[in-house]
Amino acid sequence: MDKIWVVALKEFKDGFRNRWMMAITLMFAMCSLGLAYFGSAASGILGFSSLSSTMVSLSSLAVILIPLIALMIAYHAFVGEYEQGTMLLLQTYPLSKVQLILGKFLGQGTILAISSLLGFGVAACAIAYSSELPVTEVLIAFSWFILSATLLGWVFIAIAYTISLSVSEKSRAAGLALVIWFFFVLVFDVSLLALLIGTKGDVSSDLMTILLMFNPTDVFRLINYQIIQTGELSGVLQVMQDSSISLPSLFLVLIAWVILPLGLSGLLFQRREG
Amino acid sequence: MLANNIEQVVQLSNVSKHYGTLKALSGISLSLMPGEVLGLFGHNGAGKSTLMKLILGVISPSSGDILTLGHNPRSMGSHHYRQQFGYLPENVSFYEHLTGREVLVYFAKLKGHTTQEAERLLDEVGLKDAAARAVKTYSKGMRQRLGLAQALLGNPKLLILDEPTVGLDPVATHDFYNTVDGLKSQGCAVILCSHVLPGVEKHIDRAMIMGGGKLLALGELEGLRRESQLPVEIKIHGITVNDLPESILKLCCVEDIKITQKNHEHTLWVNVDDKMTVLRALTAQPSLRDIEIKEASLQALYSHYTQVGLRQIHGESSIKELNHG
Repeated sequence: MDKIWVVALKEFKDGFRNRWMMAITLMFAMCSLGLAYFGSAASGILGFSSLSSTMVSLSSLAVILIPLIALMIAYHAFVGEYEQGTMLLLQTYPLSKVQLILGKFLGQGTILAISSLLGFGVAACAIAYSSELPVTEVLIAFSWFILSATLLGWVFIAIAYTISLSVSEKSRAAGLALVIWFFFVLVFDVSLLALLIGTKGDVSSDLMTILLMFNPTDVFRLINYQIIQTGELSGVLQVMQDSSISLPSLFLVLIAWVILPLGLSGLLFQRREG
Repeated sequence: MLANNIEQVVQLSNVSKHYGTLKALSGISLSLMPGEVLGLFGHNGAGKSTLMKLILGVISPSSGDILTLGHNPRSMGSHHYRQQFGYLPENVSFYEHLTGREVLVYFAKLKGHTTQEAERLLDEVGLKDAAARAVKTYSKGMRQRLGLAQALLGNPKLLILDEPTVGLDPVATHDFYNTVDGLKSQGCAVILCSHVLPGVEKHIDRAMIMGGGKLLALGELEGLRRESQLPVEIKIHGITVNDLPESILKLCCVEDIKITQKNHEHTLWVNVDDKMTVLRALTAQPSLRDIEIKEASLQALYSHYTQVGLRQIHGESSIKELNHG
């Protein structure tokens, strides 16, 4: 266990030192503050309008941004060490491959967790301070958002590890990461919409619900719409209006989305020789 | 299975490693005792790296048995023994954004050593002043010294160094060999893998020459010189060709002695076995002013065995081609 901590601390320092953490934190803070104050500009209102509309636009942005950031900080985690020769060295150390994966995940996962806590937390405080809304309401809404955003980031860190361990060049890993991002953020939902339109909506809502669970970004959006309790479901998520999955089960699905790619990475790592 | 001989640091018996049809290593047997320094030589693709990875348990052999520090290096229980390995890979570049100290402390902790041990080695390799700087600002020599410090953590029982002196200045190279000699006297077995042959000669007990995944030669330099029958170079001053005693020409075959003249200095190449006879005859000459004797260098042995090996490999393949035809 102490070896896991050693690796985690090094990964954390590495992420802190190369300014990833600062950049992500700033990006989150600017996005959330910006959306809070200018989010309603389209409807002619400037300034903070409502918590639910802020949260809806924030989660629509986070669903695109967070997977991209997570993939970017983690795609080279293993293939990079193979390329620079440190992986060969680490394999002669008294350190198991499982310890290395968990350590890296803990370190990079913490970077993302702290970034979302600080970045979105600042916005939460600013909104709580400047609006007339009860402070607890704002903080509770943002706590759920930060929790689910962190989980979404972890899902994509785990996916990035799988990518990183299935290729032998860093550039390939980067390319594959982009493809995966594009697939989950855009292609998947468009395909579901096409399915709905093609069948003229004759798809059972249970089947659609199950299909949505295969995309972690959709699970993240469902969690946030449930928390905000808004009727403004958009896109494919509209099929979810009459069938609902409880919040804890949605969180469990997201956690499964962390564990499965992480386990797959472990398998790939064990099978890889040299 | 190999008998577990506690004395030996490394035991390899008939080890082969194949990648598909590529034979990276075939039929290697080797044993290494504590305090022994083995020089491992060979061109690129000779199988040196594969051999090192097998000994360290990074990859498993296709056939044959390996014991490192008395244990199968691929077994789960080997983790405890890995603490006693020291390894410097070729072309390793450390984490650019961390400082030299952070990198070394990281590796020390992973090996189960203290921060103090990392500090001790930073001092030993002369990186103390640069320890607080990021690795990305380091010169090639400093990076190499950081790699060495990492390999030397915790006084290993087995040290495997791939091109350890690349990028080091003469002073650092000298310090490095001093460190190796020190570890050797403490009973550490060392495998030195190098292309840079001059300088390494004095520090190795045995040389292992590889080519095409095969063992071409293994033994003490003295033994290899005898086995290879490479001539000894003798330079004499003060005697001209005509003065050379008949006895020398009589004692040796004509092929054994080659004579060249340059500035009143003669160079004779003499068969190893005839060396003493010729020397006695030469020193009996009153006009002899000075004499220099050069044994076949490691470089010469390396070229000799590599060429013989290549000839054998090519010979085999041409025979195969004939059979197929």
